[in-house]
Amino acid sequence: MSELSRGPGRVLVAVYAIFTLAAGARSGYQLATEFDRAPVAYLLSALAAVIYLLATAALWTSRRGIALAAIGIELAGVLGVGLYSVLDGEAFPEPTVWSDFGAGYGYVPLVLPVLGLLWLRRSSREPVSPER
Amino acid sequence: MVGWLAGTLIALSLVGAVWFLVLAARDKPIQAVHLLSMAVLEAGLLIQVIVAAVLLAGGHEAQEQGTFIGYLAGSLVVLPVGAFLAVGERSKWGSVAAGVACLTVPVVILRMQDLWSGTGV
Repeated sequence: MSELSRGPGRVLVAVYAIFTLAAGARSGYQLATEFDRAPVAYLLSALAAVIYLLATAALWTSRRGIALAAIGIELAGVLGVGLYSVLDGEAFPEPTVWSDFGAGYGYVPLVLPVLGLLWLRRSSREPVSPER
Repeated sequence: MVGWLAGTLIALSLVGAVWFLVLAARDKPIQAVHLLSMAVLEAGLLIQVIVAAVLLAGGHEAQEQGTFIGYLAGSLVVLPVGAFLAVGERSKWGSVAAGVACLTVPVVILRMQDLWSGTGV
């Protein structure tokens, strides 16, 4: 079985690491200073940061099961929060990384888990990546 | 923040991103010269951080000061992470990873500029 961080997986690790940083820095500050203002949104941001961190680490260390779980939750999160924020904007007075399907981040949060799942499937089918 | 410095860094990082992605399209891994250019860009970002820190210490108030400082610190982390990932992957995919890191730099700088001048959301 090929390593999840080789080949195209390397690009995924890079993007996941960047999103871990973006979501983590943002939510850490929000939770520390203004938690009372929008606890749901800030907790979701923190959850997103943890999921991104988990996905980054799982891809890097080739832990397929954890990667699948993290990326699955991520996809469910961006779809769920995205839909909810579009239908009921009042529920999210402060934007999270997943609000409006990640529009604030160029929809990368929506595309990323799809690419992640495709990569998990492809890398399990092809033991040796042909791109290398 | 200094407008022309931020503008220069944005332009340089975009040039770097195009360079690395063209490299990837030609199926090549990054070489020493690419790492060197990333180091130069990183030095520029470090200068920007120092300038911003001095201006903040001098009394400038950015919108959401804490978030701004977070972006400021984050702007220094992106390229080293990209370079590290690219060095470990000697294929075109490493070049793509480096290109993605370079593409992130303008985004971070633009967000910082919004917060700095208080025009952001």
